[in-house]
Amino acid sequence: MVQLAEKLVTPFAKSAAESGNVREKTKRGVSKAPGTGRVKVSEMSIVFDTGGKKHVAVENANLTVEPGEFVCLLGPSGCGKSTLMNAVAGFVKPTTGNITVDGKPVRGPGPDRGMVFQQHSLFPWKTVRKNVAFGPRMTGHSVTEANSIARTFLAMVGLSAYESYYPSALSGGMQQRVGIARALANYPDVLLMDEPFGALDAQTRSMMQENLEQLRREFHTTIIFVTHDIDEAVFLADRIVVMSASPGHLIEDIHVDIPHPRTPETLTESRFVEIKKHCLELIRSETIRAFEQQERR
Amino acid sequence: MNEKIVDAPAVGLPNDRAAAIAAAWSGFQELLGTWWGRYAVRIVSVMLLILLWHLASTREFNLLLNFENVPRPYAVWTVFLELLGTDTFYRHIFASIERVAIAFGLATVSGVIVGVMMGRYRFVEDFVSPYIEIFRPIPAVAWIPLAILMFPREQSSIIFITFLGAFFPIVLNTMHGVEQTPKELVRAARALGANNISILWHVVLPAALPSIVAGMTIGMGIAWFSLLAGEIISGRYGIGYFTWTSYNLVQYPHIIVGMLTIGLLGTLSTLLVRYGTRPLLRWQQRVGARD
Repeated sequence: MVQLAEKLVTPFAKSAAESGNVREKTKRGVSKAPGTGRVKVSEMSIVFDTGGKKHVAVENANLTVEPGEFVCLLGPSGCGKSTLMNAVAGFVKPTTGNITVDGKPVRGPGPDRGMVFQQHSLFPWKTVRKNVAFGPRMTGHSVTEANSIARTFLAMVGLSAYESYYPSALSGGMQQRVGIARALANYPDVLLMDEPFGALDAQTRSMMQENLEQLRREFHTTIIFVTHDIDEAVFLADRIVVMSASPGHLIEDIHVDIPHPRTPETLTESRFVEIKKHCLELIRSETIRAFEQQERR
Repeated sequence: MNEKIVDAPAVGLPNDRAAAIAAAWSGFQELLGTWWGRYAVRIVSVMLLILLWHLASTREFNLLLNFENVPRPYAVWTVFLELLGTDTFYRHIFASIERVAIAFGLATVSGVIVGVMMGRYRFVEDFVSPYIEIFRPIPAVAWIPLAILMFPREQSSIIFITFLGAFFPIVLNTMHGVEQTPKELVRAARALGANNISILWHVVLPAALPSIVAGMTIGMGIAWFSLLAGEIISGRYGIGYFTWTSYNLVQYPHIIVGMLTIGLLGTLSTLLVRYGTRPLLRWQQRVGARD
């Protein structure tokens, strides 16, 4: 019943109209400090030592993401794109090279970099509101402030009505929206999304992509988005960075010059199809190469 | 079905009866599936046991098991009613409840603290697990002499033995629960700015809670088990002491009253743990928007 309603109503359309008075209610509203969120990855390699065997997950990666830019890391599974993102998040230490956010080196996970996981990352014992209020609470806000911030962001993802539900009572798509609200509630300079829609069904998935495209216009943050779905990457990204399979390194940087806002019609535009074709060819040859490598082992 | 019977009246009657029996049987099975049907089965089961007990003791059944000296159900019931009118019986019961409450409380607090430390820090696990491995298999009865030597008062030695029984399942379950905290949730909390203490309180403990509660439920059962061992050897009050002295005083119906009281108290206290912790685990129930 609710899942059906979710598919019929575009939650962000409503929030766009609401966000005006939402901003008045809280001091900061949903806007964040402009001009922050430059991510710089320089000559970074990550080598895992698995039982004596060395596995190069990322090799000599160089990447600069400008403030407010939406970059998709695209590549076949196991190419190290999630490892690269986890390094930016601070969960994985680079073996060589370094990462900076606005000039400051990354030393561990922190609230300046919001993280959205693939699935099952909400705290099941906290209600939807308490999940979203958790970040503000941890960064020094009072309960009242944290709750008000949580309500602002829940309104933004269209889930105000569900604030006192436990996550297990929500559908997969709703859970991911809560996850996005939770990550944004800390006003992060960078939003890191690790295949956030990967576990959703096709309809919910495209709905969520459109929602994210609208959300970006309300909340100008740098986004690094990991996916292996080419359509998703071309639809969302300003830039697509294609990664090759083991050892993972960046092979191409594609500028997606399709104007925003993008709509479902974008998917059939000739420029969209052109970029998609180019990505397909790249990924295909990379995947074949990866297969051959695995056979040789 | 009906048409067939009309067509062949000669064989209609047995067919009819078979169908009726089949219908009654399936109706009966359906009845057993309802909630009150299921309780009816349990009550019948208890009554059957009492009936067998009655028959075996009145006929003085003696084959492998000897029922010649086993008191009859009716005698036990009479003694039970008699005891309910005395103060000492309640004194015995409350002495036992007090010991279990203190020992179980201590076991829960220390078991959760030690279990969390073991689950979080490999060093603590390596340091503490030899103690657990050595002491856990030792039955409560074996502790009695040492407990009497080590503790100044009988009360404290009995509480110590009871504590040991409850402690091990709680500490082990807590450790396993903590170790199974989803890595994603710890990462999510860290990325949201949580420090180690916040992660412990907001992520690790709630994640381990179902496991901790399971440990507490088992621990409560073993606590009663151990308490009885302690009370049989020493003490002036307590339901275990009552049961054992009844044997020495040749008051056989009293033994059975004592046994059944122990069983009842154990069941009730386990239920108390299960229902008392339920509000903390409300999030586990799937209620709401889905379905």
